[in-house]
Amino acid sequence: MSLSNKEVENIAHLARLGVDAQDLDSYASNLSRILEFVEALGAVDTSDVEPLAHPIDMAQRLRPDAVTESDQRELFQRVAPSVEGGLYLVPRVIE
Amino acid sequence: MSVHDKTVAELSAGLAAGEYSSEELTRAFLQRIQGPGNELNAFVTLTEERALEAARAADRRRAASQAGPLTGVPMAHKDIFCTRDVRTSCGSRMLDNFISPYDAHVVEQLNAAGMVSLGKTNMDEFAMGSSNETSYYGPVKNPWDTQAVPGGSSGGSAAAVAARLVPASTGTDTGGSIRQPAALCGITGLKPTYGRVSRYGMIAFASSLDQAGPMARTAEDCALLLEAMAGFDQRDSTCVDQPVPRYSDALNQDLAGVKIGLPKEYFGEGLDAEVARVVDAAIEEYRKLGAEFREISLQNTALAVPAYYVIAPAECSSNLSRFDGVRFGYRCENPQDLEDLYKRSRGEGFGAEVKRRILVGTYALSAGYFDAYYLKAQKVRRLIRDDFLAAFNEVDLILGPTSPTVAFNLGERADDPVSMYLSDVYTIAVNLAGLPGISHPAGFAHGRPVGVQLIGTHFDEARLLNAAHRYQQVTDWHTRAPEAFA
Repeated sequence: MSLSNKEVENIAHLARLGVDAQDLDSYASNLSRILEFVEALGAVDTSDVEPLAHPIDMAQRLRPDAVTESDQRELFQRVAPSVEGGLYLVPRVIE
Repeated sequence: MSVHDKTVAELSAGLAAGEYSSEELTRAFLQRIQGPGNELNAFVTLTEERALEAARAADRRRAASQAGPLTGVPMAHKDIFCTRDVRTSCGSRMLDNFISPYDAHVVEQLNAAGMVSLGKTNMDEFAMGSSNETSYYGPVKNPWDTQAVPGGSSGGSAAAVAARLVPASTGTDTGGSIRQPAALCGITGLKPTYGRVSRYGMIAFASSLDQAGPMARTAEDCALLLEAMAGFDQRDSTCVDQPVPRYSDALNQDLAGVKIGLPKEYFGEGLDAEVARVVDAAIEEYRKLGAEFREISLQNTALAVPAYYVIAPAECSSNLSRFDGVRFGYRCENPQDLEDLYKRSRGEGFGAEVKRRILVGTYALSAGYFDAYYLKAQKVRRLIRDDFLAAFNEVDLILGPTSPTVAFNLGERADDPVSMYLSDVYTIAVNLAGLPGISHPAGFAHGRPVGVQLIGTHFDEARLLNAAHRYQQVTDWHTRAPEAFA
């Protein structure tokens, strides 16, 4: 499996991840090498195997639908890059 | 014997006997960090004032006869654990400015036990690395040889304990990040069963693999620390609601008749011959202690690293989508629009290895590739886990090398991600299967420390700690200090 620079750009866009044009070659070659490496998985017959998402067989725990957290907006927004009136500020999306 | 040479258990006894105060200990260790330890780059943040306050509080608690075994003992947290009002960087430019508004569960637990945190240790960025070279704050140096890496990702924690800058530290382990640096720095490190310790407030890398654990010089210390770190926490939906055993009470059980499996796949190609000799000598010691050995097979071992490098990047690409430059963390200058804000904040905030893994994970999860990569890897994951479960029908423990080589030199593998990934070949399968594993020092090869890994079945930490403790009663590898830090 070999990825082209164009494919890397496309994946980077899906991940909303800025990658410098000058680094595309090295990402393409490293990513291709990693994908080649994981291709070993294809050699195993797993047709009768259930995927394992979680190492311990357990069911998701449920709890009563009760309020457990208090409002800590101010505390949490103290670490935000830009807030005003309790809202997070980003560049204008709708003109 | 200076205080920095003492274990957690010894310091605990000394504090109880009134030989020194926690404040005196705290000052002594802070001096170690700022003096001889400085060149190692093991710490990202020192919290001197907070530490001295916590030490004085511990001394008051002791004066009021309310001290527990860990009260007043200094330690350090890997910088992946959120610490309230203290920078929590995760080794990344993305979180270089992040002052956590809350404490991780592990931090709450150790604070409640009265331990004194001296600061936050360096690590691979977002715990992605096996050498500590991906840290935004620069690599940590191995105290045994400053040309060598300390291992990773908990490299700062391992180097700090090995250099006697702290008696203990916390670590996290997603594919070997406690055990491999413990081995490469000559200390003891335990990765508990998945779900044993709460992941709340531990910055997520790969949520089905991540687990926190203790790093110290001895198994006895790891037992004391795990007793305090483990415990049910409903804020982590995968934290298991099971009572925490008194690990420190079970350390001295006899090993006579304990059956230990030696997976033939862990002693084959790729294992350094001198490392193999050290592991053989450790097997001989365990035999003298009464353990019985038999060869076993974990036949899908060669697939563990490939499966991991689909599953871990897939989970990381999802987890790290939260870093968007909006709510916390790094934001780029003068974003043109929202997409530019996302892309440049993430592009400038993350380093190369983190970006590689986000890209691999995004690719593996993208439409048309999901079945071929992610689903396939999860199926292989079941095969790998089932190999272990079958083995544990035959044996009580599994033993092998922690890492195929000793610490490599800084820069040696930095340009080749796959060769870096292979340094975790013996540890990664344990995470995929959710099992507990411990690495303890067992000798030296090429002048650098070698670790032996014991793997147990789910929730059998007590047996791992017991076996490693018995080994440490009859050997002295765990007492060796790097000459420059003795």
